[in-house]
Amino acid sequence: MFPTTFETWWDYALWLALTVGASLLLLVSLLVIIAFLLLMDRKVWAAVQMRRGPNVVGPFGLLQSFADLLKFVLKEPVIPAGADKGVFLLAPLVTSVLALAAWAVIPVGSGIVISDLNVGILYLFAISSLGVYGIIMGGWASNSKYPFLGSLRSAAQMVSYEVSIGFVIITVLLLVGSLNMSAIVMSQKTGIGTAIGLPNSFLDWNWLVLFPMFVVFFISALAETNRPPFDLPEAESELVAGFMVEYSSTPYLLFMLGEYVAIVTMCALTTIMFLGGWLPPVDIWLLNWIPGPIWFLLKVTFVFFMFAMVKAMVPRYRYDQLMRLGWKVFLPLSLAMVVAVAAILHFGGLAP
Amino acid sequence: MALTALFFYLFAGVTVMSGLLVIVARNPVHAVLWLILAFFNAAGLFVLLGAEFLAMILVVVYVGAVAVLFLFVVMMLDVDFASLRAGFIRHASIGAFVGLVLLVELIMVVGFRVVGKASDVVAGAAKAPASTGPVLTNTEALGRLLYTQYVYFFQAAGLILLVAMIGAIVLTLRHKEGIRRQSIAAQNARTPAAAIEVVKLAPGQVIVPSGERRG
Repeated sequence: MFPTTFETWWDYALWLALTVGASLLLLVSLLVIIAFLLLMDRKVWAAVQMRRGPNVVGPFGLLQSFADLLKFVLKEPVIPAGADKGVFLLAPLVTSVLALAAWAVIPVGSGIVISDLNVGILYLFAISSLGVYGIIMGGWASNSKYPFLGSLRSAAQMVSYEVSIGFVIITVLLLVGSLNMSAIVMSQKTGIGTAIGLPNSFLDWNWLVLFPMFVVFFISALAETNRPPFDLPEAESELVAGFMVEYSSTPYLLFMLGEYVAIVTMCALTTIMFLGGWLPPVDIWLLNWIPGPIWFLLKVTFVFFMFAMVKAMVPRYRYDQLMRLGWKVFLPLSLAMVVAVAAILHFGGLAP
Repeated sequence: MALTALFFYLFAGVTVMSGLLVIVARNPVHAVLWLILAFFNAAGLFVLLGAEFLAMILVVVYVGAVAVLFLFVVMMLDVDFASLRAGFIRHASIGAFVGLVLLVELIMVVGFRVVGKASDVVAGAAKAPASTGPVLTNTEALGRLLYTQYVYFFQAAGLILLVAMIGAIVLTLRHKEGIRRQSIAAQNARTPAAAIEVVKLAPGQVIVPSGERRG
């Protein structure tokens, strides 16, 4: 995609311009898509509760997110007198920048990726495990009880569920034999469906062969991104708004943005690891003609829809139940699956 | 190459700076945050060396897990800074000695390299891994080496970690008496027949709660 040999300063400049341009394109389209996904989240939630949801700004309320953006930006940022000013303002930046940085390695189409790292999925895992810092820093720097409690909860929760997410990623990697994100997608061209003689279809994707891991990953992703029913860091009945209590205006906006970008990143990761990335569901000319990024977007939207439905339908977990689920159910289950998948691949001679 | 050098000095400079700030920072939480920055830039240096697997593992393990626990503990502790600083002069000589030993060791390691291969000092950064073959990726090369030549050491390291983990659990595990724990199986096994008691009440009659009812 980009020039790889550098001889003159011109090559550097071209490479820099291309990279910056591609990153900007990705980020801007990502943010616009997230604005509408946020609206969709609220609309789905409203529909389940038989409300209308936001419907005033623009047709069907389509411009609601942009109105919210303006509102947040134009408000006055309040910094508590007892807060650690630097860390207080750094925390939302850390959250949003890290969340956006994850998108550097996500392939939205065949070869359409900013940086096709060899260790792409590890990079993504590393970046998503750093998301906890924004929350801890924000909670601590607020110098207030509820934010601090919220951030401690969140730290424990994210560290716990990262373990099972890690094991799920390992099972997928065992199946694929590569840490490269594009390779993970391409390996899903063939699978169970082609093994029994069907043409390339959605039956080849990893969700079928690793179905238990798909479920574990989905639930862990909910917990990792502090989505309901695992939104204990901001459980309003106990902790007001958790680590965000003291935040207002643009810093709050950055927290919200980082949270939603992280959610969409998790949706994208689910799509890449289990739902065949940019591959069309059935290998026929009409569906192949639709470009890969469209399929990728559709799948991400589908996973996000499931996230939104969970938010609307499932009551919030209690904290000890959350920890029990993470450590006593998911950890043994995913560990057993790693062993089982490795054994089947090794002794069945199926290892890639 | 110029770009690599630029990034090397950026990462190295920030690492050294934040390493210094770890010990200078007055607030222990700030110190841990600087430590995290140092880890992060060390990962950047690994990437420049071509060891991207190590870099990512460094971020996942140290920044993502260990430093979070550091931060956790430091935030929860109520550290008295005045008493910490009181012993500074007393311990300064020991600290300086340890620092000196480390410095000498570092100089010896780097110095031998310089003597051994004078031309390799600068270039060594660029081609340190990748000795197993040009086609292997970093991760694959590491895996092959670790699971063939060093498999016993690797397993032994794993065992040591396991022992440490069990030891930590044994040291901290306490069985408290009288805690109500949720037993999901018992909850699911409950039937209306066992849980509900229908009582006919005559006006003015008082019932004494029977058996397992809890307030």
